[in-house]
Amino acid sequence: MTDLLELTSEGLYCRQGDFHVDPWRRVPRAVITHAHADHARPGCDRYLCAARGKLVLRERIGGASPIDTLRWGESLTINGVRVSLHSAGHVLGAAQVRLEHAGQVWVVSGDYKTQADPTCDPFESVAADVFITESTFGLPIYRWAEPEVVAAAINAWWRENQAAGRTSVILAYALGKAQRIAAMVDASIGPIVAHGAVMKMVRAYRDSGVRLPPIDGVPPRARRVGDGRALVIAPPSVAGSRWLRLFGEASVAPASGWMTVRGIRRRRGCERGFVVSDHADFPGLLAAIEATRARRVLVTHGASESLARLLRERGIDAAPLATRFTGELPPDGPADEEEADGSDEVHAVAEEAS
Amino acid sequence: MRDFAALYWRLDATTGTNDKLAALRDYFTTAPADDAACALHLLSGGKQSRAVSTTLLREWAAEAAGIPLWLLEECYAQVGDLAETLALVLPPPEVGGDDATEVGLADWIHTTIEPLRTADEAGKRRIVHDAWRRLAAGERIVWHKLLTGGCRVGVSRTLVARALAEVAGIDPAVMTHRLMGGGIESADDYRQLFDPEPTSADDRKPYPFFLAAPLDDRPEALGPTTAWQAEWKWDGARAQIVRRGGVASIWTRGEELVNESFPEIVVAAEALPDGTVLDGELLAVRSSALLGFAALSKRISRRRVTKKMLTEVPCVFVAYDLLEERGEDLRSLPLADRRRRLEALLPAEFPTADTSLQLSPRVVADTWADLAAARATARARGVEGLMLKRLASAYGTGRTRGDWWKWKIEPLEIDAVLLYAQAGHGRRAGLHSDYTLGVWHDGRLVTIAKAYSGLTDAEIVEVDRIVRATTLEKHGPVRICSPTLVFQLAFEGVSRSTRHKSGVAVRFPRIVRWRRDKQPADAGTLADLVALIDAAATPEPVG
Repeated sequence: MTDLLELTSEGLYCRQGDFHVDPWRRVPRAVITHAHADHARPGCDRYLCAARGKLVLRERIGGASPIDTLRWGESLTINGVRVSLHSAGHVLGAAQVRLEHAGQVWVVSGDYKTQADPTCDPFESVAADVFITESTFGLPIYRWAEPEVVAAAINAWWRENQAAGRTSVILAYALGKAQRIAAMVDASIGPIVAHGAVMKMVRAYRDSGVRLPPIDGVPPRARRVGDGRALVIAPPSVAGSRWLRLFGEASVAPASGWMTVRGIRRRRGCERGFVVSDHADFPGLLAAIEATRARRVLVTHGASESLARLLRERGIDAAPLATRFTGELPPDGPADEEEADGSDEVHAVAEEAS
Repeated sequence: MRDFAALYWRLDATTGTNDKLAALRDYFTTAPADDAACALHLLSGGKQSRAVSTTLLREWAAEAAGIPLWLLEECYAQVGDLAETLALVLPPPEVGGDDATEVGLADWIHTTIEPLRTADEAGKRRIVHDAWRRLAAGERIVWHKLLTGGCRVGVSRTLVARALAEVAGIDPAVMTHRLMGGGIESADDYRQLFDPEPTSADDRKPYPFFLAAPLDDRPEALGPTTAWQAEWKWDGARAQIVRRGGVASIWTRGEELVNESFPEIVVAAEALPDGTVLDGELLAVRSSALLGFAALSKRISRRRVTKKMLTEVPCVFVAYDLLEERGEDLRSLPLADRRRRLEALLPAEFPTADTSLQLSPRVVADTWADLAAARATARARGVEGLMLKRLASAYGTGRTRGDWWKWKIEPLEIDAVLLYAQAGHGRRAGLHSDYTLGVWHDGRLVTIAKAYSGLTDAEIVEVDRIVRATTLEKHGPVRICSPTLVFQLAFEGVSRSTRHKSGVAVRFPRIVRWRRDKQPADAGTLADLVALIDAAATPEPVG
């Protein structure tokens, strides 16, 4: 049987349907799993994404290229290939792409998580012959605590900081993680303030019908914000920037799956860090892969070699697939230069800092 | 166990000295004496012999986690800390099972670590699994560290001494002295620390060592040379000889008692009057020629020194300071006075064949230019440079800048190519930061050194990326890279060695800078290094 997807210099290409999934170059027709910068690039002639994610994608890619949408489970036939989108639970509108052609089903997971998240639809398990899975946290050291446990830890830290007159700053990707944090904390503790890059996405989330607590932006040319009571949500690129000085004395804590590892926390120079990820943890990945009952699994970005080897040892035909997706990058990885979650953030910070 | 683990994590979570001090104070204020004695031993970097092999721990943890061993090794490469890796892969503990974590640290060590040393494999396995079941995740890491023989957490001995002094309400200098050389093993030893009066335990202990700072400035900035005493900076092991209560003890700066390694020096020291403490250096010397640090370390690492070793690597102690005479603490006297007394006590100036206890000579010169000229002869003499000590200075504690300077010779350097890289530990976990470097020989690159330091954090991240992109082969955690990166490597000396393929080894290698302007073809050759050995092959007698 011929493969439904192949890796070309533009990205994952479906020859039978003549379209790409999450291409990293400009192509005529792009099916997009979600709006993070390593999956959604501007400049394609035509886009297809989940209806829930349209506003977020438009905010990210800008321009006027038409964006077609599908509701969850609804299908569209492109050149004989039946395409449908299924919730991936990663961020608002994040989809798995299901392709069916000549009796064969391929599913591209994009990025996904199996944990509950009040700001996006839950992960849907889809049966597949071939499953292309991410593996950002594909090592057994990564096992997430229940969201309520993490929320309680963040609330306690916020209260502790308030008592000491320190602003609490959480570093989180501007799209997805930032809104999830805002929704998971106890907003009655104090005001929530967000960086400009986060605010853009907050508006896109609200316009898409997601309920979020009140969140204030930072006024332009502000010299001092808040009195040490606020929780500030900002993208990781603000770490060590002048922008942070707006808040006076502050405790800065990254929210990331990488915070599991003490060495990474220490390298970042942060006294606190919260393990919050929009990716599946190791048990989540294994459960999701098993649920597809796929006979063949292709593993992309992250611990792809290890996970593929483990799956092979368990009798599944698995191999790493070298894409340019990056998933959630370690805090000192290339992400600091080219934000995986939107390179515009760096500029936004620079503008607001100057 | 819970309290100690809590202290461990409280210390880990902060970088501020005051916060760490408060955490230590809180712990020692409430901890029972037997637990506190154990904690003190662990916090001072005290080692425990390994109670169970890490191979067994890895196997059992992988089995309990339901993962293959190779996957656990991959996790270790990412985490960079075995104790933490094991804790992260293990299934969550049974909560509310019993109150095991409220068992005190001393009892916990007594019931879960000491029996491990004697148990057979099945017994060890039972004890380890039982502990895993009972301990919370954070406590497991600390317990693993105890098991595998090291529990380093970022507190200095000085800070521990300060905290204890505050809890006890005594002078920090007295507490620092009491903690020297370790040996706080029981609740009674611990209680004695709090004694407001001098105790018998104080007798054999060395004084805290006074350390010199590197001289970065021009020496002329120190004022006239007449205010300074210059000595050779020896390439040996810093030590104190404590002669009190009829006993002579040799303590290294690492606070280890090394009497057994230097029997000839112990004999000479026993002839000193009672109540004498000397500060100086252990050196390997044969026929007035220095044998270098590599020879000396053969002696230090031996518990039992053979006759053959005594003739092949004879050692001496050169004294450069007198800290106590006839039981009187001289540390607050000016160096000039201490030196006068030292010269009267030890007239035999290095080098002499008469005794193994010798006086470190002064290097006398009228001008800084003359001293600079003397310093320029250091490498040929087998010494590291000059020490400059202010004649009016007291013998301080720690590394206080201003009175003692080390004016070392410039290091040797060569451009070397990165050949292998390995992931680091601690804050370099998961980043390839340990490098093996090589130089050219017969058209091939041969390894000469491993270097761990010298690049900035940002550079390490960048090198890590290049290492991953240029990997030719992976052997466990080691990546063999295609040669693309050139580093300027500094080192203190070079000698023949079987450790590296090149047949030479360099001493104290560290990276000075990343030579982005150079290609591997521009790197140095083995012949360059061998020429340096030959230049140093016949050191002139010193003195």
